[in-house]
Amino acid sequence: MFYREAGDFKTSYVDDSQTFPIKFDRYRYYVVLAVAFGIIPFIINDYWANALLLPFLIYAIAAIGLNILVGYCGQVSLGTGGFMAVGAYACYKLMTAFPDVSMFIHVLLAGGITAIVGVLFGLPSLRIKGFYLAVATLAAQFFLVWLFNRVPWFYNYSASGQINAPERDVFGIIISGPNAPAWATYLFCLIFLTASAIIARNLTRGTTGRTWMAIRDMDIAAEIIGVNPLKAKISAFAVSSFFVGIAGALFFAVYLGAVEVGEAFGIQKSFLVLFMVIIGGLGSIFGSFAGAAFLVLLPVLLKLVGVDLLGWPTDIVAHLQLVIVGALIIMFLILEPHGLAQLWRVAKEKLRLWPFPH
Amino acid sequence: MPEQLIFATEVILNGLMAGVLYALVALGFVLIYKASGIFNYAQGVMALFAAMTLVGIMNGQVPFAHLINATFGTHVYNFGWNIPALLAIILTMGVMVLLAWCVQRFVMRHLVGQEPIILFMATIGLAYFLEGVADLMWGSEIKTLDVGLPQGINLWIDEVTFNIFGYGFFIDNLDIVATVIAALLVAALVAFSQYTKQGRAMRAVADDHQAALSVGISLNFIWVMVWSVAGFVALVAGIMWGTKSGVQFSLSLIALKALPVLMLGGFTSIPGAIVGGLIIGVGEKLFEFSIGPLVGGATENWFAYVLALIFLVFRPQGLFGEKIIERV
Repeated sequence: MFYREAGDFKTSYVDDSQTFPIKFDRYRYYVVLAVAFGIIPFIINDYWANALLLPFLIYAIAAIGLNILVGYCGQVSLGTGGFMAVGAYACYKLMTAFPDVSMFIHVLLAGGITAIVGVLFGLPSLRIKGFYLAVATLAAQFFLVWLFNRVPWFYNYSASGQINAPERDVFGIIISGPNAPAWATYLFCLIFLTASAIIARNLTRGTTGRTWMAIRDMDIAAEIIGVNPLKAKISAFAVSSFFVGIAGALFFAVYLGAVEVGEAFGIQKSFLVLFMVIIGGLGSIFGSFAGAAFLVLLPVLLKLVGVDLLGWPTDIVAHLQLVIVGALIIMFLILEPHGLAQLWRVAKEKLRLWPFPH
Repeated sequence: MPEQLIFATEVILNGLMAGVLYALVALGFVLIYKASGIFNYAQGVMALFAAMTLVGIMNGQVPFAHLINATFGTHVYNFGWNIPALLAIILTMGVMVLLAWCVQRFVMRHLVGQEPIILFMATIGLAYFLEGVADLMWGSEIKTLDVGLPQGINLWIDEVTFNIFGYGFFIDNLDIVATVIAALLVAALVAFSQYTKQGRAMRAVADDHQAALSVGISLNFIWVMVWSVAGFVALVAGIMWGTKSGVQFSLSLIALKALPVLMLGGFTSIPGAIVGGLIIGVGEKLFEFSIGPLVGGATENWFAYVLALIFLVFRPQGLFGEKIIERV
């Protein structure tokens, strides 16, 4: 009833090309923002922040980043974990070298550094395509993790080889370290996520996004109609790595606090983020959110049902989780290769016609 | 011979042996890729699954024992019998064929005609699924696998090289056995695909699905067969690796090691898989031996990938791969 274009007249070009053309969507978006910024910070506690909200926010940023590369530009990357590690270690080096600078700047710079590294490892994509590229990005994953493990400069010669986030603040509010309040860390991540989503959404709507999608759909044809593949692929790698780097920096500095690189940013992380993108939906910003939410919630739910309700041992639940995630991925690929985002799109189409489907 | 050179020779020999093991895993990939265009990421987990099943059957473990006990409060763990290795291998092969049929029936059949990347992702999902199932079925603790293959230093080589160079080479008996088995396996596979009816049908399917269908080849059967053969290769690889380093999760990671092997050799070439495996095996051992100590060691983790990456930039289709021709 409410979900209609009818009666919502656009009188300017700006109105016509806005992100949410349907009024209901627009209000929903404002309500979500208002709840996220205005209500949740006041009711949040440590458990909710650490178990659900922070991982969701951070993985959503990473998923947006990877979605730009895989979903929009069609370059499959298995190096996400490695790039997140770059973000984390860049952030760590910046935090310890310049203690007085605001965390915002550190995280942004960490993203920038990751973007440079991403471009470096993206260069072969001009020659290598498809699977070969996917495997080539594994080189980034393994090499970067090894680098951070073996070169003591990166972890400031600490004896354990770990990096620990020192206490840093934004405008006097502590963001990192064990004493950071839950609402502050939540808001900090939320701001980055909101900005990332808005930037990504607008990039993919505009010229840049269209050149990416042209490359994805058929790179030779795109080249013939005048898309510069060098520019398109490299910019996709840069933007994607930028977001992934921010996610890595937040993951280390705000969420975990202490990181051992092989454990936190191993190949499993690359696959996890890739699954978020697939389950959520390739080539959809909303899909990145949905996928991240799904895969963050799933283990928590399983643990709740399996361990607390049925009383199974934790290792069985952990194995069951593998089975379920694997089965879900296969199911999604068979039933809906475009992921949760496509279900959402179909639901919206239905809603527009409801209650008269013809 | 100067000492360094002798050491290097030993390193190269050991690298060749390790390369054979990589090549074994890579073979499984090539088979499936050639026949169905699917890049089967689950090959490594299949090797793990096969090795675990073999151990489980040999020791007479009750499948899903842990789960059953947790659900019903029972205490069953063991049937109380031990099965000889050969029979257990045959039974495991049966399980792998069943698995191949399930994969074909419940996964791949529904994904015919999808983009290759979707199929690839599906096999990643399959890898997770199988890993979970294997852990649930047989438990996730590290198991030892002993099917009676010889192990330990080969004394004969040690003695001969000591007499010649004054320094005995350390070469594991198991590696020698693995090399022989791999050679036999490759010969058998080549003979199978060249000279048997099913092998010809398999190549026909690889060449053109539709044309193969139109001359009366059953795609379903061929695919089940290919996955079974890949399961067999996985079983052999699982036995080798399992005997060498115990049956554990890290076994499934050899699939990742096999990827650069494939890229070097080309996805579509059986000899390529072998040559690629040998290059990677020797290359990473030599690199670790010569450069490793300078940069902090453990270069084996990434050397293969970086080598493959650099190599691909110059020759995107790999050493023996078919030339990639793109048309609009």
